Amino acid sequence: MLHIVNKSATERNSLESCLRMATKGSAVLLIEDAVYAATKGGVAAAQIQAAMADLQIYALGPDLDARGMSARVLDGVKVVDYGGFVDLVTETNACQSWL
Amino acid sequence: MSDMMDDMEGGEGVVKKFMFVNRKAPHGTIYALEGLEVVLVSAAFDQDVSMVFADDGVYELIKGMNTKGIEVKDFSKTYRALDGYDIEKLYVEKASMDARGLTEADLIVDVTVLDSAEMANLMAEQDVVISY
Repeated sequence: MLHIVNKSATERNSLESCLRMATKGSAVLLIEDAVYAATKGGVAAAQIQAAMADLQIYALGPDLDARGMSARVLDGVKVVDYGGFVDLVTETNACQSWL
Repeated sequence: MSDMMDDMEGGEGVVKKFMFVNRKAPHGTIYALEGLEVVLVSAAFDQDVSMVFADDGVYELIKGMNTKGIEVKDFSKTYRALDGYDIEKLYVEKASMDARGLTEADLIVDVTVLDSAEMANLMAEQDVVISY
């Protein structure tokens, strides 16, 4: 399963719910305002770091760039471009968007 | 008639304290951009304008945005033009920056950093508060 989160973790609980319900080995792709969670120093960083034990965490590069956050990405988070986004979708049996 | 013209030009107009509160991250929703445009409009009315950045709103002021990849306008540079419109009172809540691992050095404009109690007092003394 590919889980896609697009809401800021400091404004909504989408990421928290996603991480609670994602099963081991799943991929989580952070896009739009959710990319802030993958950056150093924020309150969501610890959640992401803990989740990396069981989940693959990805963040969309163009959304990080647009927000001035590319240099702050947490170690272990894989940054992908739009092509990488498509690859993740095609490699998995299903996607869930946590709108 | 000339009195009326004076009023319309704001020469004798009442100056109120307007506060614009920004609490949303840029790009993901239209709130940040719309809020900024309303602030620019407000500059034409010669009011006492303050802008507050709190919660995800502090992300609006991050340096080094590059929006090419998502094909939207990078309006972050517009914050640097605000002093040209006599909008010079920019306030950021310290707790919001701390929660996001940010410092003043990460921001594109000079701001006044307030603790939550100071922010509360500033809000309490406004005539009009508009939130985005």
